[in-house]
Amino acid sequence: MATGKTLAEKILSAASGTDAVAGDIVIAAVDVVLAQDGTGPLVVSQWEKLGVGTVARPERTIFFLDHAAPSPRRELSNAHMIIRDFAAKTGAQLSDVAQGISHQRVAEDYTEPGFVIVGADSHTCTSGALAAFATGMGSTDIAVAVTAGKIWLRVPETIKIEVNGAMPDGVFAKDLMLTVIGRIGADGATYKALEFTGETIEQMPMTDRLTLSSLAVEAGAKAGLIAADAETKRWLTEHDRAAGYRDIAADPDAAYESVVTINAADLVPVVAAPHTVDNVKTAAALADVKIDQAFVGTCTNGRLEDIRIAAATVAGKTVAPGVRFLVAPASRGVYIAAAKAGYLATLAEAGAMIMNPGCGACVGVHEGILGDNEVCLSTQNRNFKGRLGNPDAFIYLASPATVAASALTGHITDPRDLRK
Amino acid sequence: MILKGKAHKFGDDISTDLITPGRYFHLRTNLPELAKHTLEDADPDFVKNMRPGDFVVAGGNFGLGSSREHAAIVIKLSGAGAVLAKSFARIFFRNAINQGVPAIICDTDLIAAGDELEVDVEKGEVKNVTTGVVIPAKPLPRAMLNILQDGGLVEHFQKNKGFRLD
Repeated sequence: MATGKTLAEKILSAASGTDAVAGDIVIAAVDVVLAQDGTGPLVVSQWEKLGVGTVARPERTIFFLDHAAPSPRRELSNAHMIIRDFAAKTGAQLSDVAQGISHQRVAEDYTEPGFVIVGADSHTCTSGALAAFATGMGSTDIAVAVTAGKIWLRVPETIKIEVNGAMPDGVFAKDLMLTVIGRIGADGATYKALEFTGETIEQMPMTDRLTLSSLAVEAGAKAGLIAADAETKRWLTEHDRAAGYRDIAADPDAAYESVVTINAADLVPVVAAPHTVDNVKTAAALADVKIDQAFVGTCTNGRLEDIRIAAATVAGKTVAPGVRFLVAPASRGVYIAAAKAGYLATLAEAGAMIMNPGCGACVGVHEGILGDNEVCLSTQNRNFKGRLGNPDAFIYLASPATVAASALTGHITDPRDLRK
Repeated sequence: MILKGKAHKFGDDISTDLITPGRYFHLRTNLPELAKHTLEDADPDFVKNMRPGDFVVAGGNFGLGSSREHAAIVIKLSGAGAVLAKSFARIFFRNAINQGVPAIICDTDLIAAGDELEVDVEKGEVKNVTTGVVIPAKPLPRAMLNILQDGGLVEHFQKNKGFRLD
C-alpha cells in the first residue's frame, strides 16, 4: 500500500531522484552550500586536501564572515583572509563583515521551497521555514558538497509538531519552541526532522517561522520544516524572489514517527535556564534571577519584528542601572530597516547599545563576553556552559519581549507584568 | 579494527562548547594549540591524563550544539582511539566518522572511569576488560563504516571518486 510522503521525504526524493522513505540513505543534489568564519578555513583546507579543485556551483556557494565580525584579533583577521582569498580564487560568494548572519541572509537572498541546503553551521536548519531541507554539517562534509555539489544523507523520520489556537498576548514563537524543546528534550529529535503544522503555523509570519526552524537543532533535529504557502510567497516577493516560489507540502497520508500537539492558547512566556535548552521554566518562576546583560539578536531572534518588539517595550523608559542591553540586527537589511523605522534610536535612547549586524555575543568570541558569575538573558538559541566566552557564567534564553522587559527591571520579567 | 585503552568518563550533554570552548575560537586555524584545551571545561586534567589509544566515554547526547568539526579533530589529536556514548548529536557523529574517529553507541553505564576496554568496531562490541562485561554496540550504517574504514571522508572520497554507500 502506497503511503504519502513527509516534507523531508518529498524534498529528498526529488533531490536524489529516488523514491526516498525514512531510513533510506541517499545522495542528494545540493542547491546552496554555506560556511562561516569559524568553520570556513577548515572547509578551505579540506577542499584543498580533496585535490579536485572544483567548486560545483560558485554562484550558490557562500562564505559568511559573521561570527567574529569585524575581527577582534589578528588570528581571526588572518582566518578571514583565507576565506576572502578562496572566494576570489574560485568565484564562490563572499558575504563580508557588514552583511550579517548567514542564516538570515540565506533566507533573504537564496532559499527557495524544495531546496537542499547544507551548511557548516548548526543553525543552517533556519531555512526549513521556507520548505527547504536545510541542515548543518561539519567542514569536511561541506568541503565535499562545495566540490561535488552533492552529499549523502539519511532520510530522517519526522516528528509532527501540530499547533492550533491563537497565541496569547505577550507569547511569541520563541516561547512556543522553547516549550516544545522542554517537552521533547534536547535530544528528543536527534537524527529526525520536525515538521510544524496546524492553524497557528499557517497564520504565523515568516519572521516567527524562522525562529521555530532555527531552534530545531536544539531538540537535536536535522531539519525543522514548514510547508510552502501564501506567507512563503509573500516573503520571497518581499525579497524580490517571487519566481523562486513553488508549492510543496507533505502528503495528507504521510507517515509520522510521532505527533506533538500544542494548544497555543495554553502557552505562557518561558525561559530556558542554564545550562541546557530543555531546562525550560516559566518566566514568572524565575523572577528573582537578576541579570547583568540582556541581548537581543542572532539568527533566532534578530529580525526586524524582534527589534520592533524590543523597541516598543523600552520606548520612553530607561534600562535598569547595572544592566548592559545589547542589540544586534541579524543582517544589513534588518539594520537599515530598523534604523529607518526609528527602532534603533528608540532603543539607544532607552540605554541600549546597538551593535553591528552579525552573530554578536552569541558565539563567545567578542561583543559581550560575560564576567565570572554574571548572568545574561538572551534571545539566542543556546545556553551551554561557556557559550558566552566564560564557563563560570550563566545564560538564560527567552523571547525579545521577555529580554527587553527584563532589561528595564534588572531581573527576569514576564513581559505581561509591565502592562499591569 | 580492535582498539584497546582506558576509559575517561564524562556525563550527559557534553556540548561542543565544552569540547572546544568559544573563547579559543581564534585557535581554530592552529589545531595543535587548540587541542591543548580539549574538554577543558568538563575535565581540566583530561589532556594531561590521556594516553594514546584511550577512550572518551560519555553519557547521552555527546557533542550537541555547534557544527564545529574541530571538536572531533581535537579529540583525535588528544590521542583518543574512539568515543563511546549512549547517544551522539548527529553533526558530531558525522564529524567523528569523517575524521576517522570511531563513534560507538553503547550502554556506557557499564563502564567506569579508568576501566580497560577492548573495542571491536566492525563487530560492534565493547569488552570491559576490568569487569569482564561484554557490551553490545549499535552497528554503524554501512555508508559510515565505509568512510571510517577508509580513514575519513577526504580519503573515502578520493579512493571511491565519490561516495560508496553499499
